[in-house]
Amino acid sequence: MDFTIIAETNGDSLHPTTYQLIGAAASMGSNSTVICPNGVGASEAAKINGVEKVISANGDCFNIFDGGAWASAISSMCGEMILISASPNGREIGSRIAARKDIPIIQDVVSMTEGITVSRPIYSGKAMESLTISGSAVITLRPNAFEAALAENNAPINIVDQSADVRIAIQEAINKASERLDVTEADIIISGGRGMGTIENFSHLEEIADTVGAAVGASRAVVDEWGMPHRMQVGQTGKTVTPSLYIAVGISGAIQHLAGMRSSKYILAINKDPDAPIFGVADYGIVAAWEDAIPALKSALSDLQS
Amino acid sequence: MNIAVLLKQVPDTTAKITISNEKVDESSVSKWSMSPYDEYALESGLKLKEISGGNLIAITCGPERTKKMLTDAAAVGADTLVHIPNDGVTDSTHVQKLLAAAVKKFDSHVVLCGKQAADTNGGSTGPGVAELINAACVTLVSEVNFMEGKFTTIRPSNSGTEKVVVDGLSVFAFDKGSTELRRPNVRGIMMAKKKPIESITSSDLGVNLEASNVKMNSQDPPPEKPAGQKFEGAEYVNEVVSKLRNEANVI
Repeated sequence: MDFTIIAETNGDSLHPTTYQLIGAAASMGSNSTVICPNGVGASEAAKINGVEKVISANGDCFNIFDGGAWASAISSMCGEMILISASPNGREIGSRIAARKDIPIIQDVVSMTEGITVSRPIYSGKAMESLTISGSAVITLRPNAFEAALAENNAPINIVDQSADVRIAIQEAINKASERLDVTEADIIISGGRGMGTIENFSHLEEIADTVGAAVGASRAVVDEWGMPHRMQVGQTGKTVTPSLYIAVGISGAIQHLAGMRSSKYILAINKDPDAPIFGVADYGIVAAWEDAIPALKSALSDLQS
Repeated sequence: MNIAVLLKQVPDTTAKITISNEKVDESSVSKWSMSPYDEYALESGLKLKEISGGNLIAITCGPERTKKMLTDAAAVGADTLVHIPNDGVTDSTHVQKLLAAAVKKFDSHVVLCGKQAADTNGGSTGPGVAELINAACVTLVSEVNFMEGKFTTIRPSNSGTEKVVVDGLSVFAFDKGSTELRRPNVRGIMMAKKKPIESITSSDLGVNLEASNVKMNSQDPPPEKPAGQKFEGAEYVNEVVSKLRNEANVI
């Protein structure tokens, strides 16, 4: 089986997901060709084990993200099986390539075995689906679901010039007001729900987040009713997250919320209601009011850092 | 302007998903709703129509039950209702072909849809349809404006957000925004009940679907987690923090 991997980048270097894409292909006993749009991360990709060759795809069409232009420039270089990150851009490029080649696309895969048989969450993780693919396909992989490949390789890099029609132009860049970590990128998330009482009380969660380098998340109720930004919402109509540690404070655990965070590696729930459904998915539960538990948590975590 | 809005009916996000015989049991779904992100696409379509005039075409591909969602769309202002009957097609590349053919049939100038459906969570439809109709596509938008013959929108970027302008035929895939969704009034609901739904089959659309290369083996409940450790009272915080460090190794 011949795997083509489209590298995921942070803008100027490889995103850790790229190592996982290559690791996933290697676990199927396959070497891979890695395509680096605009050449970003090409020399880094050449060092990753399991990479047979790197294609540095250069061209003006990669200066701005236009999924149509990128797919048009990349598609002809792809082999039979194409792996991409299930990030927003990855999903978009993957869908375009699949439609262009008239092959199926399977999004957000969390495991892959010989066959090829894959499994993926559906209904935001309320169920899992197992699929077998015969023939060519595009598969997007959920970040952090696969082992990363190590880097002790020295694969050749081919430079290819590409061009494509770009139909999207940036009129104005608006920078983020806060530099706070995004919930989809964070290794630790501390989220608050209606039990926090008021939106102002989130400052206590932010203090803890700053201590341990966590992102701050929120439940749907807090976003819809208190006007917290939607980008912070964890759950079925918000972000699906898979951090190492998810701390839920004053969140009862509505089914929509559980759908977005239940695949976190460890979950700590703090809630004053001992019967809150959040305790059903928590590895560690503390039945307490946040007013009592949060100051204690803050000082315990600060002690660890010092 | 012909504004096509692609809609999907899904189990309501509050609905419990039950599995029987290794398959999600659709008959046990207590409530079906318009997929939440599609609601934002529809709202933006209605706003575009108010600004530039035109015809809002609500299109869905699904079983008979999905017609009710089209009527709901009419109650808030959709003009033309299009139902593509589909009882067995699950391959998203196939669904995209049907939707793309319908979008072309109604001579659409712009296509709006949700960033992903709340059941399959894929996100393939918007960009896939864009590829098939040779359109530009911008995903994760929360509003779309039309000025001087061009569409502008705001999308997330690495450093925040960016305002982009798109040339020609365009597809916009919506995220949940801060926009308030309109609710139907009594008159809208009454009028919608009388609005005809056009049923257009794959053969009407000239789309010939081959067998999919993807076979569904099973659908299962998510893996059960072993019961966690529960402590009564804030005095246990220190103990739990040390477990997070020594048992779980996450801090």
